[in-house]
Amino acid sequence: MSGQSNYNPKTGIEKWLDARLPIIRLGVDTMIFPSPRNLNYWWTFGAILAVMLVSQLITGIILAMHYVPHPDMAFDSVQHINRNINWGWMLQPMHAVGASMMFLAVYIHMFRGIYYGSAKNPREMIWIVGMVIYLLMMATGFMGYVLPWGQMSIWGAIVITNLFSAIPPEAAGTAVTQWLWGGFAVDGPTLNRFFSLHYLLPFLIVGMVILHIWALHIPSNNNPTGISIKTKADTLNFHPYYTVKDAFAIVVFLMIFSYFLFFKPDSMGHPDNFIPANPYSTPAHIVPEWYYLPFYAILRAVPDKLMGVVAMFASIGVLFALPWLDTSKVRSMRYRPLAKQFFFLFVLVCLGLGWAGAKLPSDLVFATGVDADGHEVGLTFVWMSRILTIYYFAFFLVILPILGLVEKPKPRPASIEASVLGTDKGDN
Amino acid sequence: MLKRIVSLAIIASFSAGAVFAAGAGAKNKTQDWHFEGMSGTYDKAAAQRGFQVYQEVCAACHSLKYVAFYNLGDKGAPFYDPEYPNPNDNPVIKAIAKMFTIIDGPDESGEMFERPGITADKLPNPYANEMAAKASNMGALPPDLSLMTRARADGSNYLYSLLTGYEDPPEGMKLSPGMSYNPYFSGGNQIAMGNPLSEGRVEYTDGTEASVDQMAKDVVEFLTWAADPKMEQRKRTGWVVLIYLFLLALLLYGSYRAVWRDVKH
Amino acid sequence: MSTPVESDEPTRRDFIHIASGTAVVAGAGFLAWPLIDQMNPSADTLSLATIEFDVSSLEEGAQVVAKWRGKPVFIRYRTAAEIEEARSLDVSVLKDKQTDSERLVPGPDGKLKPQYLVAVGICTHLGCVPLFDPKDTKGGEYGGWFCPCHGSHYDNSGRIRKGPAPTNLVVPPYWYMSDTVIQIGKEASV
Repeated sequence: MSGQSNYNPKTGIEKWLDARLPIIRLGVDTMIFPSPRNLNYWWTFGAILAVMLVSQLITGIILAMHYVPHPDMAFDSVQHINRNINWGWMLQPMHAVGASMMFLAVYIHMFRGIYYGSAKNPREMIWIVGMVIYLLMMATGFMGYVLPWGQMSIWGAIVITNLFSAIPPEAAGTAVTQWLWGGFAVDGPTLNRFFSLHYLLPFLIVGMVILHIWALHIPSNNNPTGISIKTKADTLNFHPYYTVKDAFAIVVFLMIFSYFLFFKPDSMGHPDNFIPANPYSTPAHIVPEWYYLPFYAILRAVPDKLMGVVAMFASIGVLFALPWLDTSKVRSMRYRPLAKQFFFLFVLVCLGLGWAGAKLPSDLVFATGVDADGHEVGLTFVWMSRILTIYYFAFFLVILPILGLVEKPKPRPASIEASVLGTDKGDN
Repeated sequence: MLKRIVSLAIIASFSAGAVFAAGAGAKNKTQDWHFEGMSGTYDKAAAQRGFQVYQEVCAACHSLKYVAFYNLGDKGAPFYDPEYPNPNDNPVIKAIAKMFTIIDGPDESGEMFERPGITADKLPNPYANEMAAKASNMGALPPDLSLMTRARADGSNYLYSLLTGYEDPPEGMKLSPGMSYNPYFSGGNQIAMGNPLSEGRVEYTDGTEASVDQMAKDVVEFLTWAADPKMEQRKRTGWVVLIYLFLLALLLYGSYRAVWRDVKH
Repeated sequence: MSTPVESDEPTRRDFIHIASGTAVVAGAGFLAWPLIDQMNPSADTLSLATIEFDVSSLEEGAQVVAKWRGKPVFIRYRTAAEIEEARSLDVSVLKDKQTDSERLVPGPDGKLKPQYLVAVGICTHLGCVPLFDPKDTKGGEYGGWFCPCHGSHYDNSGRIRKGPAPTNLVVPPYWYMSDTVIQIGKEASV
């Protein structure tokens, strides 16, 4: 798909520029890039994420003009932005709610990739770069949540940085946490470096996104059938076909974003973050932002501190290996009846883990009876997390590898064109 | 078995601190607020009365440190007057500011001095500092109220329930010294703040009867505004944005259909 | 790219694209305004754009320096002799020709109050704050202000008399809200 170019410079200036910096050629070739003609709306989330990234960068740079990264002033400066800065009441929630919306989009984007086999040969590098982007997003989002310096900010920072204290002190666990904090606790130095890194990481994300798109332009998009592009009849130019489709999807997504931004700005956050940070008083119930909840549940599902941390990081790490764990020769689960069912169960498990992450481990999912002291007993969330955690890992480490070998896929169309026209039901 | 589960849960929860159920609190009494819904606005008259309640009752102990006097006359604020788009020119705002004493300084001799408030001032803190506030309240710190309705789940209903929820402790319950019984309190059911409202505690200038229920509603209206002063602006902008995006979506869908008209996909 | 599909009926087809393109551009234009406007002075800054000052607290012959928009403002209660000195000056000798009464504003009764002189305390040469000391030479040779940076002398009306400064001290917008209270930062609304 790469190689030949569709750009013919006409004027002298264009030729001059093209010989020195072929930026117009890059733009033209990107725009008329041949894409599979059957991409559905699940493929619009890439463009949606690009828009959200730009929105976060712009609002973030603006907020940095007014925000003060100092423990005595951070909380006040966020209030100052919301109360005094022109349009600050819109720009600050735009950044905070925007982060949530970006994670929503990235999760849909990732689930789509798993379902249609977009991670698999020859797109492993697209997936791996994407996972690096996701990790950078998690780090950026976490540090950004610390900046308003409310109760959830500081306690989130304390809890997450304490994950590193799971490393035994003799193996430099204490040294690592003190290095992270710049002191003996989460305090001013921590806030200041989080601010610096929160500003830096998004630019790394931009760099990674460029690599992500570059890698995408080598084999072109995967598509709902998972079948590779064979002829020109399988493709359409990116512009205007997918620019207009993406634009429509972006606007629909922005409507959802706007609803939360203007009418429910607090719904993605936590009331405790409207209380200024107090390192001497822990809120009754610490919860991370919703987009970390599944991992938080996995962390708490393991009764050993170090192993919990390992499990949590492993749950993200296993995603990197997905291209090789899914052994099926068929990319799209559309033609894999069993894998499809396991996949939908996996989605439910992730939602269930998120639910468990928001609850106290000892809360009951449902009661089965009453013990001798009159307390209700039943399935607690920590036990639910354990069951779901087992499925989470089993999906990647057992189900996908074995299923690919034993499952008998349904017949697939001969080509993208054939699937679109419905002419042919081949079985390659 | 339960013990085992509980101990496991404690181990599994973070080293950072004890995790326990939030507030044994009773369920909030839900009110129909004027500011609710996608086009809800603040009831200005109620918010003005609420300011009076804050000023005459709450302000003795509670600061409202993020609110400046000029905020009171902003668009969407309780004392907004369209005749004075710049709240700093609004005589009502100026008069309110003047009623408060502001500690300013230091002057040439290094002393702090008192002066009447101006519109640019923020509402003064009743105590010099946090420790002074605690010392005057038997160790309990009266929290700042600027964000109170957003810093509690279902904040407006919570605050209303709390203010109207004082009652005698149930039989056999022993209150700690200086505490009052309030089943709605999020930090347990013993609260360090004594019942602040009683019938006729303030005398409303607009003739409204100052029942406990009325004062609680009014002060919640005011404090909800204080916590979210740009709500009206936000919702109004939200409507414009949503309508624009909806029309744009229609146009783009038309564009999309036109582009894809002859293409099977 | 002109038309994406074969242009058998270009006008009708193009219309929808032009309409949506215009709507996108218009929306982006409206969105740009908050992004620009956020850099303008914020509400707390604007709340100090005007200050009120009670001149009745001044003593004759003294000046008070008020802070207004991050600048010093000299408010001086001039003696009768000083007023007379300022008025009797022949304007033609000045670099920046202004009479004393042109540098004053009327009170609520419509009459000037020559005893109160208000001027921004920033030398018009390179922005230093001139010194005030009518009883000594520290205040310059003309009984007004002296800028120590490059030696500009101002008279008691704030007019430049000697030295490199090109213009007189700036008179800020102000008006008498009452007989004794001036508001700096705003002209009287007529």
